Amino acid sequence: MQQHIVIIGNGISGITCARNIRKLSDHRITVISAETKHFFSRTALMYVYMGHMRFEDIKPYEDGFWEKNRIELMHQHVIGVDPIAKTVLLANSSRLTFDKLVIASGSVSARFDWPGQNLKGVQSLYSFQDLELMNENTKDIKQAVIVGGGLIGIEMAEMLHSRQIGVTMLVREKKFWDTVLPTQEASMIGDHIREYKIDLRQEEELLEINGDENGKVKSVTTKNGEEIACQFVGLTVGVKPNIAFLRESGIETDKGVLVNEFLQTNVQDVFAIGDCAQFKTLLKGRKAIEQVWYTGRMQAETLANTLCKQPVTYNPGNWFNSAKFFDIEYQTYGIVLNKALENEEVFYWKHNSNKRSLRIVFMNDTKVVTGFNVFGMRLRHEICDKWLNEKSTVDQVIANLQEAVFDPEFYKSYYKEIAHAYHSKLITT
Amino acid sequence: MDNTNPSLSISNPHPEHTDWMQKSGLVLVLSGLSVLFLAFIGIAKQAPLILFVLSFGMLLSGSVIYTIRTYLTVHEGVKNNHNFSRSLTSRGVLAWMLGILITLFYIIIYWYPQLLQNVISIMNPFSNLLRGRPADRWFLYGSLYTTAVLAMGFKALLKYRYSNYQRIRTSSVIFFQLAFSFLIPGLLQLFNQPEFYFSYFWPLKYDYLFPSTVHSLINHPGGMGVFMVFWGAAITFIATPILTYFFGKRWYCSWVCGCGGLANTAGDPFRQLSDKSIKAWKIERWSVYSVLVFIIITTILLWINSITNGSIFGELSQNFAKAYGFFIGAIFSGVIGVGFYPIMGTRVWCRFGCPMAAILGIQQKFFSRFRITTNGGQCISCGNCSTYCEMGIDVRSYAQKGQNIVRASCVGCGICATVCPRGVLKLENGSVQNRVSNQPILIGNNSVRLNEQL
Ligand SMILES: Cc1cc2nc3c(=O)[nH]c(=O)nc-3n(C[C@H](O)[C@H](O)[C@H](O)COP(=O)(O)OP(=O)(O)OC[C@H]3O[C@@H](n4cnc5c(N)ncnc54)[C@H](O)[C@@H]3O)c2cc1C
Ligand code: SF4
Ligand code: SF4
Repeated sequence: MQQHIVIIGNGISGITCARNIRKLSDHRITVISAETKHFFSRTALMYVYMGHMRFEDIKPYEDGFWEKNRIELMHQHVIGVDPIAKTVLLANSSRLTFDKLVIASGSVSARFDWPGQNLKGVQSLYSFQDLELMNENTKDIKQAVIVGGGLIGIEMAEMLHSRQIGVTMLVREKKFWDTVLPTQEASMIGDHIREYKIDLRQEEELLEINGDENGKVKSVTTKNGEEIACQFVGLTVGVKPNIAFLRESGIETDKGVLVNEFLQTNVQDVFAIGDCAQFKTLLKGRKAIEQVWYTGRMQAETLANTLCKQPVTYNPGNWFNSAKFFDIEYQTYGIVLNKALENEEVFYWKHNSNKRSLRIVFMNDTKVVTGFNVFGMRLRHEICDKWLNEKSTVDQVIANLQEAVFDPEFYKSYYKEIAHAYHSKLITT
Repeated sequence: MDNTNPSLSISNPHPEHTDWMQKSGLVLVLSGLSVLFLAFIGIAKQAPLILFVLSFGMLLSGSVIYTIRTYLTVHEGVKNNHNFSRSLTSRGVLAWMLGILITLFYIIIYWYPQLLQNVISIMNPFSNLLRGRPADRWFLYGSLYTTAVLAMGFKALLKYRYSNYQRIRTSSVIFFQLAFSFLIPGLLQLFNQPEFYFSYFWPLKYDYLFPSTVHSLINHPGGMGVFMVFWGAAITFIATPILTYFFGKRWYCSWVCGCGGLANTAGDPFRQLSDKSIKAWKIERWSVYSVLVFIIITTILLWINSITNGSIFGELSQNFAKAYGFFIGAIFSGVIGVGFYPIMGTRVWCRFGCPMAAILGIQQKFFSRFRITTNGGQCISCGNCSTYCEMGIDVRSYAQKGQNIVRASCVGCGICATVCPRGVLKLENGSVQNRVSNQPILIGNNSVRLNEQL
């Protein structure tokens, strides 16, 4: 029987869900989003600012795709959900009835109630509107301060740098992003950031933002008491689920929308996926809220099956992720913590350029490999995933490293050097 | 209510800083062009050598200075900042002006060469030295073309210096242009041999298998002409399929061919302008295979005519050849192919017109070890690969599904892999089996096994 499936949010999660539902069924699909009419790649916003691409280039599908695949798009704001009447309430006061509802509303930028955070020239970066605002806010300015050193913070630094704007980064941690990266890698990235003349201040926090008489930012004061003049402040201290509109709906929430392993909320026909979903019970080795591109996609694929065929539990494979810090690419497979656990051992190799490194984490008793961190080189996902699944030992991995090299042709390969380093280390210890 | 105004919403109000050294480089390049213009209007005719040295010297040295200053002062890495906020590289006023200029130049050189008499004459000393004969318009054209490949090739070398693939490949196209398409044909003439381009083959250099060319080469005194006919035919019919089987069409289109060479050097700043739409892909398939059919029919007609001494087709086959030369050889590959670089992107000819690319492409699609592999689930659908694909391939549409890219039109330039911020793409030669992967699902999700088709 044909049902009406309504999806709130046209990000990677909502759109992947819609596409897969269409593949598997004939249901009526409506995707609602207040941000932009068409799906775009949030991860590519920075490239639009830097002039690598236009906005239309970061839309992964042509505009005609949606009609062709009978996916109805609604450029509207949802202000409430009534799960009992099975309707969503739109900002224009109209209501839309659903049989099944998928909440894929993503995140909003986190804020910490800093004095002055509402001054003109102070902003975060998440949405398309943020990008437009940033373009406006950074016209003809000379100096910017970025608060917070995560992945969005460094992207913002690169964006500003591309327009010759001076950047100071205030990072609470001892080393850049060392809540995730082990010290060596964090130092390497910190050094690289400084090569770009970014003034990276570690162990430094924002106290307040100061404005001028027109309500525009003119400086920030740090906890160490220093005042830094600037005309722009980027607040990049993380994101949190975008669920304010669900407050009175009766749908259970905590930090995010609470879901079980079927991605189902406490209400039978209401589901949540992507950045906004929070797992009630932790899946092994995963976080309760997974705020990355791939996981939104995978949850959406899973849910589409549940909605159209039989119920399927979310069962992600090995963790992986990637990023880029200015010119240094980063890939990770499996779990690499910033500090190795008691029962873990680490092999770390760094190239003398200070731009390439490989970390392999393994169990100290069985030598089974549990994670890879690689910088400035590319490893083959398929092979790393296979090694992790097959519980390969570190010796096996080192011996076959060549198989996993994914660098372009003619690139210098380092696997021999790495194997050499591995074996000489064994001898010395 | 789509309040998002695409393309125009983001503009860069911070013009890039150009320092004194970059400016002097640019001034030198402009001076070089001005000297050519002075020659064009007939000033200082008496001193051709001086004009020649001044103009080409300033063009080359100016661009070298500019390039070194622009790229060696910054870190290695992707250099695409501001491409879409700069007039010249985003179809702005400057782009149109440049496009019109190049187009005019092509129109003049094909149909009004007498206008170029003065400029051609400054090439005489160099032409006499290299070829032992005075310059003509094609010598002028070849010199400018080679200069563009040299100067902009040097720029590409520095711009992409972080990629060994790009370094080696760019060196290769520069070498083939300079040696095989310029110096060797010149020297052949110096030694009274037929002018021959060892790096061009039928059907791109369509007349190399026309009976008239074959006859005149074979009848050329000495063995050289026979060797040339043999060389051309051997490459077209034997080496091409073998090399394409092992390496894909890139061995030619991105490593040897002069058209590809110009596109990947002088045209590099414009590669993002290629049309990625599905519609453009449809037009491409129609047009490129039509040109291929056209040249095959023309060649066959000419041979039948030659064998039967014109008794069957009379003038018909000659008219076919003339039409092909005019519409395809001159208008398509020259005027549109290069003149429209700043508007339609760099490989318009290679993509929509070149019959050589068409043949290599068919083979690449069905019988080759070449493919671009994607790295599991790492793609973030950012679109850099598609945007910078000069052949207008929507690389992202494959990458985000984890599918290998096996496309007839891919010239294997490798730029998609070079600009991808997540290390997702790799050009590879490997087993023909499973080359066209239709992976059920991206790596990482063990929940379901779907069939990605949509
Ligand atoms: C600058 C930046 C760079 C990033 N880079 C990476 C990266 O490199 N790799 C990576 O893995 N992840 C990256 N991320 C994170 C990644 O983009 C997110 O995890 C992902 O986009 C989440 O997708 P989603 O579909 O769950 O939510 P979203 O993409 O946030 O989509 C939700 C949509 O729903 C809309 N919406 C929400 N509420 C309502 C409502 N009430 N009514 C109507 N519409 C509503 C929102 O406007 C939004 O359009 C990045 C994020 C940012 C901001
Ligand atoms: S797909 Fe990649 S290698 Fe092929 S033509 Fe496009 S950019 Fe070049
Ligand atoms: S393959 Fe790379 S460049 Fe292309 S969309 Fe994916 S992440 Fe972006």
